[in-house]
Amino acid sequence: MTPIAAKQPRVTKKSSKMSRAFLLKLELRSHPTLLCVIRGALQPLMEMLGFSDESTRAIIRAVDEAVANIMKHSYHGRLDQPIEVYCNRLQRRANGETELGVEILLFDCGPAVDTTKLPARSLDEVRPGGLGLHIIRGSMDSVQYKRAGRLNRLRLVKFAVSSKGGCGSSEENPS
Amino acid sequence: MNISARHIEKATILDVSGNIDMSNSPEVRKALLREIREKGVTRVVMNLSAVAYIDSSGVASLVEGLKASRDLGLRFVLYGLNDAAREVLKISRLLKLFEVYDDEAQAIAS
Repeated sequence: MTPIAAKQPRVTKKSSKMSRAFLLKLELRSHPTLLCVIRGALQPLMEMLGFSDESTRAIIRAVDEAVANIMKHSYHGRLDQPIEVYCNRLQRRANGETELGVEILLFDCGPAVDTTKLPARSLDEVRPGGLGLHIIRGSMDSVQYKRAGRLNRLRLVKFAVSSKGGCGSSEENPS
Repeated sequence: MNISARHIEKATILDVSGNIDMSNSPEVRKALLREIREKGVTRVVMNLSAVAYIDSSGVASLVEGLKASRDLGLRFVLYGLNDAAREVLKISRLLKLFEVYDDEAQAIAS
Protein backbone atom coordinates (compact mmCIF):
# COMPACT_ATOMS: atom_id res chain seq x y z
CA MET A 1 0.00 0.00 0.00
CA THR A 2 1.50 3.32 -1.03
CA PRO A 3 1.76 5.76 1.87
CA ILE A 4 -0.89 8.44 1.64
CA ALA A 5 0.56 11.07 3.93
CA ALA A 6 2.12 13.60 1.58
CA LYS A 7 4.32 14.94 4.34
CA GLN A 8 5.64 12.20 6.55
CA PRO A 9 5.99 13.12 10.23
CA ARG A 10 9.63 13.69 11.05
CA VAL A 11 11.42 11.03 13.02
CA THR A 12 12.40 13.52 15.68
CA LYS A 13 11.50 17.16 16.05
CA LYS A 14 12.67 19.35 18.88
CA SER A 15 11.71 22.79 20.03
CA SER A 16 12.54 24.68 23.15
CA LYS A 17 9.54 23.25 24.99
CA MET A 18 8.74 19.96 23.32
CA SER A 19 10.36 17.05 21.55
CA ARG A 20 8.76 14.38 19.42
CA ALA A 21 9.94 10.88 18.56
CA PHE A 22 8.39 8.54 16.04
CA LEU A 23 7.13 5.26 17.53
CA LEU A 24 4.72 3.46 15.26
CA LYS A 25 2.98 3.68 11.90
CA LEU A 26 -0.06 1.64 10.90
CA GLU A 27 -1.43 1.47 7.36
CA LEU A 28 -4.83 -0.11 6.99
CA ARG A 29 -7.90 -0.25 4.83
CA SER A 30 -11.21 1.23 5.88
CA HIS A 31 -12.74 -2.07 6.96
CA PRO A 32 -14.48 -2.01 10.38
CA THR A 33 -13.14 -5.46 11.27
CA LEU A 34 -9.69 -3.83 11.44
CA LEU A 35 -10.69 -1.60 14.35
CA CYS A 36 -9.79 -4.36 16.79
CA VAL A 37 -6.33 -4.57 15.22
CA ILE A 38 -5.69 -0.90 15.93
CA ARG A 39 -6.90 -1.27 19.52
CA GLY A 40 -4.73 -4.32 19.92
CA ALA A 41 -1.65 -2.47 18.66
CA LEU A 42 -2.16 0.59 20.81
CA GLN A 43 -2.73 -1.20 24.10
CA PRO A 44 0.84 -2.47 24.67
CA LEU A 45 2.33 0.69 23.17
CA MET A 46 0.54 2.96 25.64
CA GLU A 47 1.42 0.66 28.50
CA MET A 48 5.06 0.77 27.38
CA LEU A 49 4.92 4.57 27.39
CA GLY A 50 3.79 4.51 31.00
CA PHE A 51 0.20 5.59 30.63
CA SER A 52 -2.16 4.49 33.38
CA ASP A 53 -4.81 1.91 32.62
CA GLU A 54 -7.42 4.68 32.56
CA SER A 55 -5.41 6.87 30.16
CA THR A 56 -4.63 3.88 27.95
CA ARG A 57 -8.35 3.12 27.69
CA ALA A 58 -9.03 6.79 26.87
CA ILE A 59 -6.45 6.88 24.06
CA ILE A 60 -7.67 3.60 22.57
CA ARG A 61 -11.27 4.82 22.79
CA ALA A 62 -10.44 8.10 21.02
CA VAL A 63 -8.43 6.50 18.22
CA ASP A 64 -11.04 3.80 17.70
CA GLU A 65 -13.81 6.40 17.43
CA ALA A 66 -11.72 8.60 15.13
CA VAL A 67 -10.94 5.75 12.75
CA ALA A 68 -14.57 4.62 12.83
CA ASN A 69 -15.57 8.19 11.92
CA ILE A 70 -13.19 8.12 8.95
CA MET A 71 -14.69 4.83 7.77
CA LYS A 72 -18.25 6.03 8.19
CA HIS A 73 -18.18 9.72 7.31
CA SER A 74 -15.06 10.26 5.19
CA TYR A 75 -15.24 7.05 3.17
CA HIS A 76 -19.02 6.49 3.51
CA GLY A 77 -18.66 2.83 4.31
CA ARG A 78 -16.32 1.92 1.46
CA LEU A 79 -14.16 -0.89 2.77
CA ASP A 80 -10.97 -0.56 0.73
CA GLN A 81 -9.82 3.00 1.32
CA PRO A 82 -6.48 3.87 2.93
CA ILE A 83 -6.03 5.11 6.48
CA GLU A 84 -2.72 5.82 8.18
CA VAL A 85 -2.09 6.11 11.89
CA TYR A 86 1.18 7.55 13.24
CA CYS A 87 2.12 7.47 16.91
CA ASN A 88 4.80 9.81 18.22
CA ARG A 89 6.09 10.17 21.74
CA LEU A 90 5.95 13.73 23.06
CA GLN A 91 7.92 15.31 25.83
CA ARG A 92 7.37 18.82 27.09
CA ARG A 93 8.48 21.05 29.90
CA ALA A 94 5.70 22.62 31.91
CA ASN A 95 5.97 24.31 35.29
CA GLY A 96 9.49 23.05 35.72
CA GLU A 97 8.48 19.43 35.20
CA THR A 98 8.84 17.10 32.26
CA GLU A 99 5.61 15.62 30.97
CA LEU A 100 5.48 12.63 28.68
CA GLY A 101 2.70 12.13 26.20
CA VAL A 102 1.66 10.73 22.89
CA GLU A 103 0.66 12.35 19.60
CA ILE A 104 -1.47 10.31 17.22
CA LEU A 105 -1.93 11.49 13.65
CA LEU A 106 -4.63 9.99 11.47
CA PHE A 107 -4.65 10.55 7.71
CA ASP A 108 -7.32 9.71 5.16
CA CYS A 109 -7.99 10.59 1.53
CA GLY A 110 -11.65 11.44 1.89
CA PRO A 111 -13.19 14.79 0.94
CA ALA A 112 -12.45 17.78 3.15
CA VAL A 113 -14.42 17.74 6.37
CA ASP A 114 -16.76 20.65 6.99
CA THR A 115 -16.23 20.98 10.71
CA THR A 116 -19.44 23.00 11.04
CA LYS A 117 -21.41 19.96 9.89
CA LEU A 118 -19.80 17.28 12.05
CA PRO A 119 -22.47 15.04 13.52
CA ALA A 120 -22.03 15.87 17.19
CA ARG A 121 -25.23 16.32 19.13
CA SER A 122 -26.19 17.77 22.46
CA LEU A 123 -25.52 15.28 25.22
CA ASP A 124 -28.81 16.31 26.77
CA GLU A 125 -30.62 14.49 23.99
CA VAL A 126 -31.35 10.83 24.60
CA ARG A 127 -31.03 9.26 21.20
CA PRO A 128 -28.62 6.93 19.47
CA GLY A 129 -25.75 8.27 17.38
CA GLY A 130 -23.61 11.39 17.29
CA LEU A 131 -21.51 10.42 20.30
CA GLY A 132 -18.19 9.75 18.60
CA LEU A 133 -16.88 13.32 18.66
CA HIS A 134 -17.86 13.79 22.30
CA ILE A 135 -16.02 10.62 23.18
CA ILE A 136 -12.90 11.69 21.27
CA ARG A 137 -12.85 15.16 22.82
CA GLY A 138 -13.63 13.81 26.27
CA SER A 139 -10.81 11.29 26.09
CA MET A 140 -7.89 13.37 24.79
CA ASP A 141 -6.14 16.57 25.87
CA SER A 142 -6.07 18.04 22.37
CA VAL A 143 -8.01 17.28 19.19
CA GLN A 144 -7.15 19.19 16.01
CA TYR A 145 -8.44 18.70 12.49
CA LYS A 146 -6.56 20.04 9.50
CA ARG A 147 -6.90 19.68 5.73
CA ALA A 148 -3.38 18.90 4.54
CA GLY A 149 -3.35 19.09 0.73
CA ARG A 150 -5.60 16.26 -0.46
CA LEU A 151 -5.64 14.60 2.95
CA ASN A 152 -7.60 14.93 6.14
CA ARG A 153 -5.35 15.01 9.18
CA LEU A 154 -6.62 14.52 12.70
CA ARG A 155 -4.16 15.12 15.50
CA LEU A 156 -4.85 13.66 18.93
CA VAL A 157 -2.64 14.40 21.92
CA LYS A 158 -2.64 13.10 25.45
CA PHE A 159 -0.11 13.57 28.21
CA ALA A 160 0.45 11.03 30.94
CA VAL A 161 0.60 13.69 33.63
CA SER A 162 -1.51 16.76 33.27
CA SER A 163 -2.69 19.70 35.24
CA LYS A 164 -6.45 19.03 35.20
CA GLY A 165 -6.75 15.45 36.19
CA GLY A 166 -6.13 13.79 32.88
CA CYS A 167 -6.55 16.74 30.58
CA GLY A 168 -3.47 18.91 30.07
CA SER A 169 -4.06 22.64 29.88
CA SER A 170 -0.62 24.05 29.09
CA GLU A 171 0.06 24.26 25.38
CA GLU A 172 2.54 22.05 23.64
CA ASN A 173 3.99 23.37 20.40
CA PRO A 174 1.93 22.11 17.50
CA SER A 175 3.79 20.92 14.45
CA MET B 1 -18.52 -10.96 19.51
CA ASN B 2 -21.13 -13.47 20.56
CA ILE B 3 -24.64 -12.85 21.78
CA SER B 4 -27.15 -15.37 23.13
CA ALA B 5 -30.44 -15.20 25.00
CA ARG B 6 -31.67 -16.96 28.13
CA HIS B 7 -35.18 -16.73 29.46
CA ILE B 8 -36.01 -16.73 33.16
CA GLU B 9 -39.74 -16.39 33.85
CA LYS B 10 -40.76 -13.12 32.18
CA ALA B 11 -37.21 -11.83 31.74
CA THR B 12 -34.73 -12.22 28.93
CA ILE B 13 -31.05 -12.20 29.72
CA LEU B 14 -28.80 -11.35 26.78
CA ASP B 15 -25.27 -12.63 27.32
CA VAL B 16 -22.80 -10.69 25.21
CA SER B 17 -19.11 -11.47 24.96
CA GLY B 18 -16.15 -9.95 23.13
CA ASN B 19 -15.87 -6.44 21.73
CA ILE B 20 -18.80 -4.36 20.54
CA ASP B 21 -17.76 -1.92 17.85
CA MET B 22 -18.82 -0.61 14.45
CA SER B 23 -18.18 -4.00 12.85
CA ASN B 24 -20.78 -5.86 14.89
CA SER B 25 -23.01 -3.42 16.78
CA PRO B 26 -25.83 -3.91 14.21
CA GLU B 27 -26.01 -7.55 15.39
CA VAL B 28 -26.34 -6.40 18.99
CA ARG B 29 -29.01 -3.90 18.03
CA LYS B 30 -30.96 -6.49 16.06
CA ALA B 31 -30.85 -9.11 18.82
CA LEU B 32 -31.75 -6.59 21.48
CA LEU B 33 -34.72 -5.12 19.62
CA ARG B 34 -35.99 -8.60 18.75
CA GLU B 35 -36.07 -9.59 22.40
CA ILE B 36 -37.76 -6.36 23.38
CA ARG B 37 -40.39 -6.29 20.64
CA GLU B 38 -41.14 -9.93 19.88
CA LYS B 39 -40.69 -12.07 22.97
CA GLY B 40 -43.38 -10.70 25.23
CA VAL B 41 -41.12 -10.33 28.24
CA THR B 42 -41.40 -7.69 30.94
CA ARG B 43 -37.70 -7.22 31.50
CA VAL B 44 -34.62 -7.37 29.29
CA VAL B 45 -31.30 -7.75 31.06
CA MET B 46 -27.98 -7.30 29.25
CA ASN B 47 -25.06 -9.20 30.70
CA LEU B 48 -21.97 -7.20 29.69
CA SER B 49 -19.56 -8.91 32.08
CA ALA B 50 -17.70 -10.57 29.19
CA VAL B 51 -17.60 -7.44 27.03
CA ALA B 52 -14.07 -6.04 26.96
CA TYR B 53 -14.79 -2.98 24.81
CA ILE B 54 -17.81 -1.05 23.61
CA ASP B 55 -17.70 1.93 21.26
CA SER B 56 -20.20 4.67 20.47
CA SER B 57 -22.09 2.47 18.00
CA GLY B 58 -22.55 -0.11 20.75
CA VAL B 59 -23.71 2.60 23.12
CA ALA B 60 -26.16 3.74 20.44
CA SER B 61 -27.57 0.20 20.34
CA LEU B 62 -28.08 0.27 24.10
CA VAL B 63 -29.85 3.63 23.83
CA GLU B 64 -32.12 2.21 21.15
CA GLY B 65 -32.89 -0.72 23.40
CA LEU B 66 -33.68 1.59 26.27
CA LYS B 67 -36.01 3.73 24.19
CA ALA B 68 -37.79 0.70 22.70
CA SER B 69 -38.21 -0.74 26.19
CA ARG B 70 -39.67 2.47 27.52
CA ASP B 71 -42.06 2.68 24.58
CA LEU B 72 -43.37 -0.79 25.42
CA GLY B 73 -43.33 -0.35 29.20
CA LEU B 74 -40.51 -2.87 29.77
CA ARG B 75 -37.58 -2.70 32.15
CA PHE B 76 -34.17 -2.56 30.49
CA VAL B 77 -31.29 -3.41 32.80
CA LEU B 78 -27.52 -3.71 32.39
CA TYR B 79 -25.04 -5.54 34.57
CA GLY B 80 -21.39 -6.52 34.65
CA LEU B 81 -19.97 -3.35 33.11
CA ASN B 82 -16.18 -3.16 33.19
CA ASP B 83 -14.27 0.12 33.52
CA ALA B 84 -14.16 0.70 29.76
CA ALA B 85 -17.93 0.36 29.41
CA ARG B 86 -18.61 2.57 32.43
CA GLU B 87 -16.24 5.24 31.15
CA VAL B 88 -17.76 5.44 27.67
CA LEU B 89 -21.26 5.72 29.15
CA LYS B 90 -20.04 8.35 31.60
CA ILE B 91 -18.36 10.47 28.90
CA SER B 92 -21.58 10.21 26.88
CA ARG B 93 -23.52 11.32 29.99
CA LEU B 94 -25.65 8.20 29.69
CA LEU B 95 -24.54 6.20 32.73
CA LYS B 96 -27.28 7.60 34.95
CA LEU B 97 -29.87 6.96 32.28
CA PHE B 98 -29.51 3.20 32.53
CA GLU B 99 -30.34 0.86 35.38
CA VAL B 100 -26.92 -0.65 36.07
CA TYR B 101 -26.20 -3.46 38.53
CA ASP B 102 -23.09 -5.32 39.51
CA ASP B 103 -24.32 -8.87 38.95
CA GLU B 104 -27.16 -10.97 37.62
CA ALA B 105 -28.80 -11.60 40.99
CA GLN B 106 -29.17 -7.88 41.56
CA ALA B 107 -30.32 -7.27 38.00
CA ILE B 108 -33.04 -9.92 38.30
CA ALA B 109 -34.13 -8.95 41.82
CA SER B 110 -34.30 -5.22 41.14
